[in-house]
Amino acid sequence: MNMQTKPPRTQAEQALLDSFAEKVGQLPGDAKVTIARDRLLSAITEAGLPTRRIESWHYTDLRSLLRGVPGKSGGAARALEPLVSGTVVWPVVQGVAANPSAPEGVELTPFMDLLASGEAAGMLAARGADDLIGQLNGAFAEDGYSFSVSADQAIEEIIELQSVQAGGQVHNRFVAGFGSRAKATVIERHLGHKGESGLSSSISTLEIEDGAEVTWIILQGRGESDQHLGQLSARLGADATLKLFVINAGGKLVRQEVHVDVAGEGAHFDLRCVNLLAGDSHTDVTLTLGHAVPHTTSKEIIRNVVLGRARGVFQGQIRVAKEAQKTDAQMACNTLLLSDEGEFAAKPELEIFADDVVCAHGATVIDIDHTHLFYLMARGITDKSARALLVNGFVDELVGELENEDLVEALETLIEQWLVDHG
Amino acid sequence: MLEIKNLHARIADDGTEIIRGLNLRVKAGEVAAIMGPNGSGKSTLSYILAGRSDYEVTEGDILYNGESILELDPSERAAKGIFLAFQYPVEIPGVATMQFLKVAMNEQRKARGEEELKTPDFIKLVKEAAGSLQIDPAMLKRPLNVGFSGGEKKRAEILQMKLLAPKLCVLDETDSGLDIDALKIVSDGVNALRAPDRAIIVITHYQRLLEHIVPDSVHVLYQGQVIKSGDKSLALDLEANGYAQIIEAAA
Ligand SMILES: Nc1ncnc2c1ncn2[C@@H]1O[C@H](COP(=O)(O)OP(=O)(O)OP(=O)(O)O)[C@@H](O)[C@H]1O
Ligand SMILES: [Mg+2]
Repeated sequence: MNMQTKPPRTQAEQALLDSFAEKVGQLPGDAKVTIARDRLLSAITEAGLPTRRIESWHYTDLRSLLRGVPGKSGGAARALEPLVSGTVVWPVVQGVAANPSAPEGVELTPFMDLLASGEAAGMLAARGADDLIGQLNGAFAEDGYSFSVSADQAIEEIIELQSVQAGGQVHNRFVAGFGSRAKATVIERHLGHKGESGLSSSISTLEIEDGAEVTWIILQGRGESDQHLGQLSARLGADATLKLFVINAGGKLVRQEVHVDVAGEGAHFDLRCVNLLAGDSHTDVTLTLGHAVPHTTSKEIIRNVVLGRARGVFQGQIRVAKEAQKTDAQMACNTLLLSDEGEFAAKPELEIFADDVVCAHGATVIDIDHTHLFYLMARGITDKSARALLVNGFVDELVGELENEDLVEALETLIEQWLVDHG
Repeated sequence: MLEIKNLHARIADDGTEIIRGLNLRVKAGEVAAIMGPNGSGKSTLSYILAGRSDYEVTEGDILYNGESILELDPSERAAKGIFLAFQYPVEIPGVATMQFLKVAMNEQRKARGEEELKTPDFIKLVKEAAGSLQIDPAMLKRPLNVGFSGGEKKRAEILQMKLLAPKLCVLDETDSGLDIDALKIVSDGVNALRAPDRAIIVITHYQRLLEHIVPDSVHVLYQGQVIKSGDKSLALDLEANGYAQIIEAAA
């Protein structure tokens, strides 16, 4: 006989249930929303937090890694200056959005309003049984922004979605629509305060219509003891382009999922990901990418810098459907391992059902190149600065691909500062 | 300025001895040419002067202004004024040339207790130096040496040398890969650096370079030793007769 006994609840699981019980009455939403929340929470209660036995969580055993779920409320947080000066900031402070103005051609609504009216009920669904982030965020989602860029609108200004957290729990939602041939650059920036440890989840959903061009930057800079669970889902129409940059430079336990559906012919998806890992943090970037139709392309480059006892994971799954002939999909994961105690696991996975495609993936782990180091030092640059230059160069190559020079400069400064702080 | 005494050095990895009892003196203000067949140890000597850790000195000493430099790392040697123009300059993706130049200049200044350069002053210096070497400013926007042609790399080395104004310059086959006009431009650049308080060591295979940069002394390196020294006429002699006689005479 095979009796399935459920393992006892972990402290974190119990704390999640407790905080739901405590908060449920105050979470925004109509009856439909409440039902959706309950359903998602019971999915977590039933299955428990995912363990390594769940394939998509194999390298991030959340059940053992998620520690110390804080109560809902945290300390006092406040919005910061935008990453690129002069850009539009839409703040979400300690989980709560404001009422900022939007540039011409953009319609903006706080997500809380959509919950209250019940419009968001349909958005509170998990992607599948293993979608812990969808379940958690859907159960607790409180606020964020929903916005849409009209067709043919090119938004010159960068839009910064700025989520600031000082401990406690924060669960954000961003819903973005880009009309046909629209153009926009959006920064999704997650910031933490020192000291207080927080738990956050954040889901962004992008609908990119035919011919639209979107640059989306996820800049995760939560505090050293924060736990952050992020997810971005995007669907690309015909000839649409999504350039996604992910920079992880913070947090103690981080998982960033990216789910992209390249659904229209001629569409292109780019992922550039920089993981700056230090201390005893655990950072997981998980990508699922579907090429569903012919003549689409994608390119993913992941660069990791690993210091201390940090652990990193990249899972990249590319599915090419039977119909999706002439797909060109390239994936590379390069790690600069600067510590014997650090590690990075890369798991590329290609599922190709079409026969006329070009798909490739590669993973490398390297150390500082000694010839490079000698050359720099022979010019009077000290060992420490020379190493910093080389590490910077390793990741700057990706950042340099961005078109906006102010943005490139801001990100380079940020990376440099991270290396100074942790090097 | 430079005194190499009975230097023995080997490859750290496998212990192969490359430099086998080498002696050389170069005075301040002097231009010394080092010639010698392929594989005789010329580049190895230049690397050892610059402090590359792939080589181990097992015997002898290198004195620079009377002090041994064996214990100094490459950046400390550079800060003291030693500069090596590489035979094969290294491509470093991701590191912007301008940023590299700025860091190098400022780190050397810092090591010498001088003030950092202000950005406009720095840019002005680079522009002037690049102009005199006919280096396209667009090249400096690229990552360090990445995609530079062979000749462009050599010019970039001399640009660095000009900007860092070292006291002991070692040029390892700077002439190889340069076209006729570039050879002239680069030689002029080097000649402009000739000064009573500066020594220049030119490693080359060809007399042609030495017509532009006229040496005070010429040394022939063979199997890790200086087997003959002379004045500039020695280079002409080598050009005409090759190494065979000298090697035989030394044996
Ligand atoms: N790191 C190394 N590993 C193995 N062999 C080496 C190494 N460095 C130097 N050698 C060997 O030492 C010898 C001297 O090399 P070096 O590059 O100094 O010669 P060179 O005089 O500069 O020659 P060329 O005129 O061709 O530039 C060669 O036989 C070379 O193969
Ligand atoms: Mg050589």
